[in-house]
Amino acid sequence: MLQIESRPFALEHGLFACIQCGKCTGGCPMALKTKLSPRTVIYRLLVAGNGFDLEGREELWDCTTCSTCYSRCPKQVNPMEMIIALRGAFVEKGRVHPNVKAAFESTFRHGNPLTMPREERRAWAKDLSVKPFETGVEYLYYVGCTPAYDPRGQQVARALVRVLQAAEVNFGILGEHENCCASEVRRLGEVGLFEMLVEENTGLFHELNVGQMFTTSPHCFNVFKNDYPKSGMQVQHYTQVLAGLVERGALKFTGKLEKTVTYHDPCYLGKHNGIFDEPRAVLKSIPGLKLIEMDRSREKSLCCEGGGGRMWLEGTNPNVRLAQLRVQEALATGAEILATACPFCLLTLDEAVKHVQAEEKIRVMDIAELAAAAL
Amino acid sequence: MTRPAALVIGGGIAGIQAALDIADAGFKVYLVERSPSLGGRMSQLDKTFPTLDCSACILTPKMVDAGRHPDIELFTYAEVTGVSGEAGRFQAQIKKKPRYVDVEKCRGCGLCAEACRLSGRIASDFNAGMGKRAAIYVPFPQAVPLVYTVDPEACVYLTRGVCGKTFKCQEACPSDAIDFTQKDEMVEVEVGAIVVATGFDVFDARRKPKFGYGVYPEVITTLEFERLASASGPTLGKIALNGRRPQKVVFIQCVGSRDKSIGVPYCSRVCCMAVAKQAHLAHDRLPGAQITVFYMDVRAFGKGSEEFYDRVRQEGILYRRGNPSEIIRRGEHVVVRAEDTLLGEPVEVEADLVVLAVGLQPRPGAEALAGMLHLKRDDDGFFQESHPKLRTMESGVPGVFLAGCCQSPKDIPDTVAQAKAAASAAMILLAGSRREHLEIEDLRVPAL
Amino acid sequence: MTFTPRIGVYICHCGINIAANVDVKAVAKFAARLPGVAVARDYTYMCSDPGQALIKTDVAELNLNRVVVASCSPRMHEPTFRAAVAEAGLNPYCFEMANIREQCAWVHPGGEAATLKAMNLVAAAVAKATHLQPLETRQVPVTPAALVIGGGMAGMQAALDIAEAGFQVTLVERAANLGGHAAHWHRTFPTLESVAALVKQLVDRVRAHSRIQVLTEAEVLEVSGYVGNFHARVRHPAGVADIPAGAVVVATGFEPFDARRKPEFGYGAYPEVITTPDFERLVASGSVRVNGHAPKQVVFIQCVGSRDQSLGQPYCSRICCMVTAKQAHLVREHLPDAQVTVFYMDVRAFGKGFEEFYDRVREAGVVYRRGNPAEIIRRGERVVVRAEDTLLSEPVEVEADLVVLAVGMVPRADTPALAGLLKLARSADGFFMEAHPKLRPVETAMAGVFLAGCCQGPKDISETIAQARAAASAAMIPLMRGRVTVEAATAFIDEELCAGCGQCAAVCSFAALALHPVRGVMTVNPVLCQGCGACATACPSGAINVKHFSFPQVMAQIGALVDEAVA
Repeated sequence: MLQIESRPFALEHGLFACIQCGKCTGGCPMALKTKLSPRTVIYRLLVAGNGFDLEGREELWDCTTCSTCYSRCPKQVNPMEMIIALRGAFVEKGRVHPNVKAAFESTFRHGNPLTMPREERRAWAKDLSVKPFETGVEYLYYVGCTPAYDPRGQQVARALVRVLQAAEVNFGILGEHENCCASEVRRLGEVGLFEMLVEENTGLFHELNVGQMFTTSPHCFNVFKNDYPKSGMQVQHYTQVLAGLVERGALKFTGKLEKTVTYHDPCYLGKHNGIFDEPRAVLKSIPGLKLIEMDRSREKSLCCEGGGGRMWLEGTNPNVRLAQLRVQEALATGAEILATACPFCLLTLDEAVKHVQAEEKIRVMDIAELAAAAL
Repeated sequence: MTRPAALVIGGGIAGIQAALDIADAGFKVYLVERSPSLGGRMSQLDKTFPTLDCSACILTPKMVDAGRHPDIELFTYAEVTGVSGEAGRFQAQIKKKPRYVDVEKCRGCGLCAEACRLSGRIASDFNAGMGKRAAIYVPFPQAVPLVYTVDPEACVYLTRGVCGKTFKCQEACPSDAIDFTQKDEMVEVEVGAIVVATGFDVFDARRKPKFGYGVYPEVITTLEFERLASASGPTLGKIALNGRRPQKVVFIQCVGSRDKSIGVPYCSRVCCMAVAKQAHLAHDRLPGAQITVFYMDVRAFGKGSEEFYDRVRQEGILYRRGNPSEIIRRGEHVVVRAEDTLLGEPVEVEADLVVLAVGLQPRPGAEALAGMLHLKRDDDGFFQESHPKLRTMESGVPGVFLAGCCQSPKDIPDTVAQAKAAASAAMILLAGSRREHLEIEDLRVPAL
Repeated sequence: MTFTPRIGVYICHCGINIAANVDVKAVAKFAARLPGVAVARDYTYMCSDPGQALIKTDVAELNLNRVVVASCSPRMHEPTFRAAVAEAGLNPYCFEMANIREQCAWVHPGGEAATLKAMNLVAAAVAKATHLQPLETRQVPVTPAALVIGGGMAGMQAALDIAEAGFQVTLVERAANLGGHAAHWHRTFPTLESVAALVKQLVDRVRAHSRIQVLTEAEVLEVSGYVGNFHARVRHPAGVADIPAGAVVVATGFEPFDARRKPEFGYGAYPEVITTPDFERLVASGSVRVNGHAPKQVVFIQCVGSRDQSLGQPYCSRICCMVTAKQAHLVREHLPDAQVTVFYMDVRAFGKGFEEFYDRVREAGVVYRRGNPAEIIRRGERVVVRAEDTLLSEPVEVEADLVVLAVGMVPRADTPALAGLLKLARSADGFFMEAHPKLRPVETAMAGVFLAGCCQGPKDISETIAQARAAASAAMIPLMRGRVTVEAATAFIDEELCAGCGQCAAVCSFAALALHPVRGVMTVNPVLCQGCGACATACPSGAINVKHFSFPQVMAQIGALVDEAVA
């Protein structure tokens, strides 16, 4: 039994506005492979009177928080936030998957969910002459846990640094002082830990007088921009910075990259924040690069299942992986490169390419890597 | 020669609006209303959707205007008994029923009703059978004209020939207005056009016995709910049954509409919004009450209606899709049994107040009126328009026009528009009279 | 000779609307003690006949010369009470209202504070009443002609009615042909008649009518004047015409929602995805073909661009459920082998014959599935509609070779410009706003300007025709009467103080102020002036006052409020 008071919950989350049209479930990527139905969850909460039992509702952990539901709801109900709040009820009772528990503890202790030591957070940049951020530096480059620690992710951070240096961008990093942004912590329902990290991070940014920052990951970008308290600090994703540099002529490519590329819109860049054009602008500016669109592009992009804490959760139907479907869609375009701009998408799609044994046919690369290759 | 006058049959908002338009244009109007006062169904409503305007507040200025208009001759408590002639020259016989009160002398003070031997004993028609009045009454406080009327079916003297030693009403009246010698009075008028605006009745919920209407006191109709919610109603606006405020309210849509099983296949158009409004009123007046609406489709199509439906849900009113099958008693409460078609499961919802959204029907007198005016009626008994798209306000009989729910169910804005449309059609006909009588030249603006 | 006010004050209970929260008897007692007050009463419904009779009797018997009623908003009953006062023999402008309902009882919780506020409001009204002056209303003649803007069904019907009643009508249409949107439709619902035939009926009658002057490819550039005496400048192919009119009917119609605003449906990207207007043209052409062949799987999607807060389109477009039902029926007629599915949220088949038509469409084999599709994706030669079937509680994918999006109605893009031309207000949904949503569906806040058809909000042909005739009726009233009464509370200028600077004229929306060529001071045209007061505020010399809202009158109100608040 895991009871919640459904009536105040429903009122608090605006669930009564729902007219049960089913648009959320109809567009939910997880509905393609699990029994997750945001509409049904809402309705059962509404009709439950004042006692709703969450017991057995494991599909609530399948949600990738891609926000397709919220972005399309005609009555502006937010099923995604409802699911996050329901996860919170599980978390409060300690009912979380061991992976997730480990990730929380690691974040709490070491400032990252990957159980890596804090001291090694700067190791990826050791030979790159990247300066530490201090007051007066124009941009804070917020690297993020996965690009800082994961070997594949580190390749992206390194490529991005080379591009920024070529364009003479004045930026610095936090190094070992960088703490997890806590985006996934929040999506997994651990409100307390999230608030703690928000406080620490905002304190640090304030102390350092950070005016502008950009991130590698759309997840970090989204949480700093939309979930952290408003502070006047300007937050961008790195593709926005690069697009600006390209437009101003500050970033010039002397090489070329004669490849057919198709671009996978990360949910946290596209669906959450409407950023579809800047990544494409950067790609199109690379000489020789031919951009071809998949049918499922922009608002219809197929979620890779990396968000919402899913990097730590297999979910209720691990036999079907949307990332593999996505790779098939990319292959169908004839593209040689599947480009993306998110470390989670990068890792899941990369793994999917291996699973479908298509390494000879297509490579998954981050936009930063493609830009660096054409410098 | 065209008579420059019109006859409007029915003094609800449709009749009032049509009469006002025609009279404002300068033609004489005879406005005939069968009940003692103008106002019709709209005067029975508490608030209107979607604006939540107080119905009486927006209606009474028009009632007063109609009552006071120099070109409108008002016949209340009167009926049209015969019509002959043709477009441009109709002769109509109007029977003025005896009120047994002299309208010139009555001040509307109400002392007669207080004194009446049957005060508080007669079921009030205006209050949908709830609440009690005397045998001498005005239907509601803002009545136009505000003149008392003796109910010939209730009055002890009129039914049994004697009322004690003295007429209590006559004794109490300071203006000597009671007059039991009154009789039917026939008046004949000549008009060029007729507007029929006789309104509607509601579905008799006893025809759906599985809902227990008339058996369970907890089960009422939307019209009765409206009277309970009204400041001028039997409980002065408190929503209470037998003194108790309900805490679990269930509304059931489509009772006597969209129902082939009882021969009413059509949609009554206004009930979805009426229920949304009433659910809102219930939420407003019964703090903490749980309110559920069982529906099939929510027809919130008018201007501002979808937005009102959004608001009502945000207040915590639960809309459940399913058309309940039956209501049964369970101890102190009743239970509504339905299938919730979105859950795909049968459900039972306990209630201490169930409101049935009864459909709109033609009035029982429609058949007779149709006979009198040679009007056609459609399959559902409403007056038939001459063309469903281009001429909904025309009856097919030249010179006779239709306005309001007597032609088909509709809400207040659509009623007002149709009434004005009927007025326009009537005015065109009557304008011919001016040209005949006064030979006015068509004033032309120089063409290009 | 000094004027001694003898003021009658009437506090209305308004049933329980005021009396529930305000102690009306206490307010009446309070009012009785105010300077100038000869009598103060409270009564349940002042607007009713006996309420008004109270006023009339007191005026006669107590020699009252000013009347104050504390009740609802003046917008509700000021005309009612002014008329009652006039019947009693007083000038209607010797009457003042205190709004203790909308501005007191209805917005504050009941109790002492609400009662005190009501007393303050009454004191202010009484103070102003002592300064009120009788004003003369004037009547001006009415041009026996009308201007109708828009030549669709609404405009044509309104023009016909007004012309049939004996008045000249100028009908201005922007396009080359009359008929509006309806001219492009194939069949009506629910009777499946030819729309072209209905449109032709109206067009033929309009063209043949000797009193209707039709200007096509024409545009209204400017409208000046006031009810009874409008002047429009209309541009047409041969030049610019000056059209005088006593009344104006606005019937400018709507636009269909641009389905590209819902990119997840792929309109404009997938040739298989079209809109209901597109389909209407397709079926009217006689041949329903997509990608060169007859479709076998047709899917309709309701509520595209309606009932959708995510796009800022929260309202229902009213007709699309029936348009879809009709088109689904036409598909079954033209393509008997095609499977037709309609995805809906609620089926709004509310009009006469609509529910029965919906029954008939389902019986013809059209499958209605409840669910609002989320997206359309390509799969080979076809597209796939992804939705949740909420009655099955299962996500579904329906393959289609033709998808028809039931797009809603939106206000025309030129609505703001037209609104500016005629000083029309717009509702939250962007359509023109009627004067009152229940009881005045065709009037606007501008006297003499009326609305007809979809420019006021989505509606079908029968509702459009009814509303057009309603607008005609409203327009005909001043035309038939031949005269209108003009606003008496207009601005007046103290020529001693006026410097002729013209700041007032600069802010006047009604072109009512002009510089006198000889006296060098500003003059007000009392017929054009609407008494809005903008000039009085703009005048740097304080030379302008608005009658019935003069400086002494308003200061008296303020003084009473301040004094009472202190006390």
